[in-house]
Amino acid sequence: MDIRKQVLTNYGDWFTRFGDIWKTQLLQLGQRFVTEIELIRTPPVDATDVPIIFVKKNALLSILLFLKEEPGFCYDFLSDITATDEENEPRFEVVYNLFSTTKFNRIRIKTRVKDGEDVQSAVDIWPAANWAEREIFDMFGIKFLGHPDLRRILMDERFQGHPLRKDYPLRGYQIFTEPEPVNAELLDSGARK
Amino acid sequence: MSKDGAFGFLTTRLAELVNWGRKNSLWPLPYGTSCCGIELMSALCSDYDISRFGAEVVRFSPRQSDLLIVAGIINTKMAPVLKTIYDQMSDPKFVMSVGACASSGGIFNVYSVLQGIDTVIPVDVYVPGCPPSAEGILHALLRLQVMVSRGDTHSQKRIIGSRKSHTLIDQIRV
Repeated sequence: MDIRKQVLTNYGDWFTRFGDIWKTQLLQLGQRFVTEIELIRTPPVDATDVPIIFVKKNALLSILLFLKEEPGFCYDFLSDITATDEENEPRFEVVYNLFSTTKFNRIRIKTRVKDGEDVQSAVDIWPAANWAEREIFDMFGIKFLGHPDLRRILMDERFQGHPLRKDYPLRGYQIFTEPEPVNAELLDSGARK
Repeated sequence: MSKDGAFGFLTTRLAELVNWGRKNSLWPLPYGTSCCGIELMSALCSDYDISRFGAEVVRFSPRQSDLLIVAGIINTKMAPVLKTIYDQMSDPKFVMSVGACASSGGIFNVYSVLQGIDTVIPVDVYVPGCPPSAEGILHALLRLQVMVSRGDTHSQKRIIGSRKSHTLIDQIRV
């Protein structure tokens, strides 16, 4: 038996199922955004992954909006936003996983961010980006311009540093025994509407 | 009173009598956060039946309970919550740490997990295991009963240490 042969998974026929949609979409994207797209990485035939499109940071919002609103794309559902800390510069990759509830296929957008740079917030396109961007800010310290409420979401608000950065020590314990201070703006009687 | 109706006598110290009652009516507050909590539920239910030891009155209010059973992983963000709950319990209060995570952080040696709840609150009994069996929890409860009757728990020692004189009332309080 040839152990190098790829095992077909349940997702193994993705490219045959969605290959045509992806092909036309990627072609259309490449024609529309000639300079903004840095690289398109398509999955192999027996893929368990989706196409990855690397875009320039300043064109990110226009491409995301295009993907959502263009009739041939209809990526109306934001599955997740996440980020990775790479070893080389530019340091971070912000990853947008999109899903189309009408065409049932997925696509992934990546943009590279240097340390200390900001990214445009996608809250205006998908409201679901709110908490995901807060999580990225909490874990990586990437700031999102135009975000309505960019606070920490997982860690204690007295926590120093961003724990998913590679230079944060794995055992960098910060233990607080006093409760978190009450933020009056977040209470029902507060000034926030 | 014996069978023929004659009165018998039982002499004891009042403090020991109080501790005897205390150890046989522990009211636990179940602080189950993960799989150890499932084992704790198993110990509470009829298969293992913790009520044989007088500890079946599970209270979800720290004001009404005197045994805090921490069963499961405690994240660093939960540490102030755990401390607040412990502070809200009235003396004398006892703490049982169930499982590897609550006792030492377990396999989660990372920034987000408390490395043992004894970094935040004093613990009387530790139960090893990942998760420990329900028998382990019962065993710990029996050990705790012995400690309570001897006055060996942190809370009881703290109350004695905070008083200068050993009056009868102090002994009852302990």
